[in-house]
Amino acid sequence: MALTEQEILAGIGKIINEITGIPANEVTPEKSFVDDLDIDSLSMVEIAVAAQDEFGVEIPDDQLKHLKTVKDVINFIQN
Amino acid sequence: MSTDQVRVVVTGLGATTPLGGDVASTWSALLAGQSGVSGITADWVDSVPVKFAAFSAVDPTEVLPRPESRRLDRAEQFALVAAREAWAHAAIDKVDPERLGVVVGSGIGGITTILAAYDTFKEKGWQRLSPFTVPMLMPNGSAGWIGIEVGARAGVHATVSACATGAESIGYAIEMIRSGRADVVVAGGTEAAIHPLNIGSFAAMRAMSTRNDEPQRASRPWDKGRDGFVLGEGAGILVLESEEHALARGATIYAVAAGVGYSADAHHIAQPEPTGAGVMLAMRRVLENAGITGADVKHVNAHATSTPAGDVVETMAIKEVIGDHPLVSGTKSMTGHLLGGAGGIESVFTVLALHERRAPGTINVDDLDDGIEVDIVRGEPRALPDGQIAAINNSFGFGGHDVAVAFTSV
Repeated sequence: MALTEQEILAGIGKIINEITGIPANEVTPEKSFVDDLDIDSLSMVEIAVAAQDEFGVEIPDDQLKHLKTVKDVINFIQN
Repeated sequence: MSTDQVRVVVTGLGATTPLGGDVASTWSALLAGQSGVSGITADWVDSVPVKFAAFSAVDPTEVLPRPESRRLDRAEQFALVAAREAWAHAAIDKVDPERLGVVVGSGIGGITTILAAYDTFKEKGWQRLSPFTVPMLMPNGSAGWIGIEVGARAGVHATVSACATGAESIGYAIEMIRSGRADVVVAGGTEAAIHPLNIGSFAAMRAMSTRNDEPQRASRPWDKGRDGFVLGEGAGILVLESEEHALARGATIYAVAAGVGYSADAHHIAQPEPTGAGVMLAMRRVLENAGITGADVKHVNAHATSTPAGDVVETMAIKEVIGDHPLVSGTKSMTGHLLGGAGGIESVFTVLALHERRAPGTINVDDLDDGIEVDIVRGEPRALPDGQIAAINNSFGFGGHDVAVAFTSV
C-alpha cells in the first residue's frame, strides 16, 4: 500500500488536529514540530501511536527523536 | 466554641451532574423533583443485573475541546468542567499562587481509563498506550489538572474515603485555610465509575437497587421499598476562601463554611455501624468545630443512599445529636449516588439551600419506613427560616468514614 506524499500529509494533518487542535491545513511539510507547531515530547509520542494505527508503521523511540519536521515523518512513513 | 480564628466562606460553586451540566440547571431540576436516572443502553447492560444509572446530563466531551478531553479520564473531565464553573463564579481577579490550593478527590480515580488501557495493552502492546495513560488513571489527576489550571502552589491534595471523599476534601480545604496554609482553596469531589465491572462488583455485594422496571423510582431513601443505591456520575466543586481575603476583594459570599467533623465507625468495611455511634460523633464534632448548637441547625442534607441499612441509622443519629426539628433532604433520590462526587455536589446543594432559604425535597418517599423521627422534606422543597441558621451535609463511606460539614448563612 504505497501512499502518496499528499495522502500521508493529509493523514498526519488529521492526527495532529485530533491531538493538538491545530487546523489540519496548517500542517505543512516544512513545519517543525517544536518550533512551529509547539508540540512537546509527550504529544510526539501520541502522534507516533496514532500514526501506527493510521499507517501501520511503527516509529521506534530512537527514530522518533530524529523526526523534527512534518516532512521527516512523511519520509519515514514512505520508506 | 470554635477553636479557630480564621473564618472560611464559600465564594464559588460548580457542578456537572445527572440533573444538569452546571449549578443552575442542576439546582432547578432538583427543586422541581426531577430524576437524573435512566436506562443503560450500552451492549454491556446484559452482563449486569442493574439496568439503569444516573448518567451526567451533559456529556463532558461535548463541552471540552477534543485535544483536551482525549487526555483526561472521564472523572477528570467532570472535575475540570465543575472547577471551571466554580472558579469563574468566584471571579477571583488576582490571588497569590502560593496562597491558592486545591483539594479534589475521587473514590476510584480513572477506573475507565485503567480498564480500557488494559485491553489496549493486551491486544496491541504497550507501544499503543497513550503517553497520558498514567495521568489519566491516577486518582490525584483531577486535583493536579485543576491546580495547573488555576496556578495553585499552596498545595494540591486528593483525599480518598469512598463516598465521603467529596465532603472530606471540603473539610481538608477548610482546615487548610484555617491553619494559614492558603487563602483560597478549590475543593470537592468527582466520580465517573459507570462501567459494568463496577456495577457487577457492587451488585455482587447486593448494594445496588435492581428496580429495573422503574429506574426513576429506584433511589428512594427512607421508603419501605428501598433496595439499594443507584450509581451516578459527575462532580461538585466549591471555592473556599478566608473571609478576610473575600471581603478585601468585594467577593459575593454564598455561605460560611463553618466547620467539619470527622469520625470513623471502626465496625465493618461496608456496613454502617448499627447504633450510629460513628455518625453521631462526626455530627457532634462538627457542631463543636463550627461553634454552633443543634438548635442552630435548620437543614441537613443527609447521606441517605437508599440502602436498607444506612438510611434509618442516620436519622436516629440526626435526632439524637441535632434534634427532630431540622428539614432533612435526601437528594440522592434525584441525583443518584455520585460516590466520590456526592460530598461535592451535596455541599453545593447545602450552600444553595442556605443562600436561597429553601431545602430541596426528597422524591420517591411513598411509604415512609418505621423508626424515622425527623422531618424529611418529601415532595416539594420547603422554606428555611430567616435569621442566622446552619445546615449540615453528611457523607459516609465504605471503610466506615464519617464526615459532616457545617455551613451557616450570611
